[in-house]
Amino acid sequence: MIFRRMLSKTQGLFIAFPLVILSILFVAPSPVLAAGERQAHSEEAAHSSGRGKESFNAGTMIIDHVVDAHEWHILSTRTRHVSIPLPVILVDEGKVHAFMSSRFHHGHASYKGYKLETEGKNKGKIVRVIGDSMEADPNAPLPLDLSVTKNVLALFISCILICIIFISVAKAYKKREGHSPKGLQSLLEPVILFVRDMARSSIGEHHYERFLPYLLTLFFFIFLNNLIGLVPFFPGGANLTGNIAVTMVMALITFIITTFIGNKNYWKHIYNTPGVPWWLKVPLPLMPLVELMGVFTKPFILMIRLFANITAGHIIMLGFISLIFIFGNMNIFLGYSVSIVSILFAVFMGLLELLVAFIQAYVFTLLSSLYFGMAMEEHH
Amino acid sequence: MELITPGIGLIFWMTISFLLLLYVLGKYAWKPIMKALRKREDHIEDALQAAEKTRQEMKELKSEHLRLLAEAKDEKDKMLRDAKAIKESIIEKARTEANTEYNRIIESAKESIHFEKMAAITDLKNQLAQLSIEIAEKVLTEELSRTEKQKQLINKLIDEVEIN
Repeated sequence: MIFRRMLSKTQGLFIAFPLVILSILFVAPSPVLAAGERQAHSEEAAHSSGRGKESFNAGTMIIDHVVDAHEWHILSTRTRHVSIPLPVILVDEGKVHAFMSSRFHHGHASYKGYKLETEGKNKGKIVRVIGDSMEADPNAPLPLDLSVTKNVLALFISCILICIIFISVAKAYKKREGHSPKGLQSLLEPVILFVRDMARSSIGEHHYERFLPYLLTLFFFIFLNNLIGLVPFFPGGANLTGNIAVTMVMALITFIITTFIGNKNYWKHIYNTPGVPWWLKVPLPLMPLVELMGVFTKPFILMIRLFANITAGHIIMLGFISLIFIFGNMNIFLGYSVSIVSILFAVFMGLLELLVAFIQAYVFTLLSSLYFGMAMEEHH
Repeated sequence: MELITPGIGLIFWMTISFLLLLYVLGKYAWKPIMKALRKREDHIEDALQAAEKTRQEMKELKSEHLRLLAEAKDEKDKMLRDAKAIKESIIEKARTEANTEYNRIIESAKESIHFEKMAAITDLKNQLAQLSIEIAEKVLTEELSRTEKQKQLINKLIDEVEIN
């Protein structure tokens, strides 16, 4: 009954849809920028105060937490770093090197002629060194890095988790056939139905079932990883859905499916848009160009939106936490008093991020299904 | 810059993992789940239709039931009416019979009274005659004991005869 109502709401969404896209596009980058500004500020603060024994650089800290890494950092004390070493797999000049990232000693040592760059434009990447020294070889190309990084491990963990959850739910469906759902099954069934109804309304009654496995996988993958990303401890904390490589792969799959299922009507709309004055097509193919660009911008926007929203959320949270240390470096009591406000804001942001976790999964899936629907739409 | 540069390794692992996840979930999760959901929805749809059908039937049954009830009531009324009529006719008959009997008894009583009366009258007459004779005898005996008187009587009687 609730989802029937939600269905009509999704139809209402179509009207508000361009607005939503615009607002997401404009709003999403702004927190990133704001955070960037804050970084600059905090760097200044860290430098100018200089009283702290080890100067705290909020910008570096935030970026280090948001990007991928070759080890899963847990905590650092003054004397040592506690982190989970991860396997490094390098393909270089036809040879495969595999070893644990602990060999690099957090960037303090080289191994087999490679080191973890800690400075410059290749920061965080594995580069070739000259001889056995710690000096990077500027002429050598970057090796192909297929390491199981922090995000890759998070990816594996989340995939296994999703498999366990949904295969057990599927088993429950088989076992309790024809009965009302129970336990985990009843928690997930409304969400599954929600995705199904959304796909049905945007793709159409005839074709939607073909895309359901992809859309459901997409939705739950994004949603679960958004949620896991909000957990600050291992195995959470990896910014998987806020990584542009991950969102790129998903956007690419949507793009490939859209391109392959596109029917005559779809391509006709792109190359010879009906209902448009002829002088927009001949002699200058203005309209076809715009439409063709749209084919690529759609998945591109999918990629950017998810990446930007999730990363922005992480950056803002980390920014609030950084404030405590920035003020703590100035004056320890100032740090304590700021911490109250900071924690309150961080909690508020955390709650907001829970909402964003669902909304972004929903938007990505909804847009994918709308693109499929557009590609399969028959002439009317 | 690192933030917006997709890493080759992650793209590689993501593609493999996601496609594998898609395959595994598609085969072992979504397929049975969707099948079960569709089955249950069909089942619910069927159940609702059956309920609607049953409701319709119940409605018909109820009207049938009401009709039967009305019929039964009519029947009962008719029976009651008949019973009443029978009762009245029986009472009427009994009354008539009782009347007849009464009249007959009265009649016979009257008759026997009359008879008895007549018998009594006859008896009385007889006894009166007897008594008269005895009285007459005694008177005569008394009267005729004296000769003079006898003579007188005889004479008188003779006179009477002579006149006649």
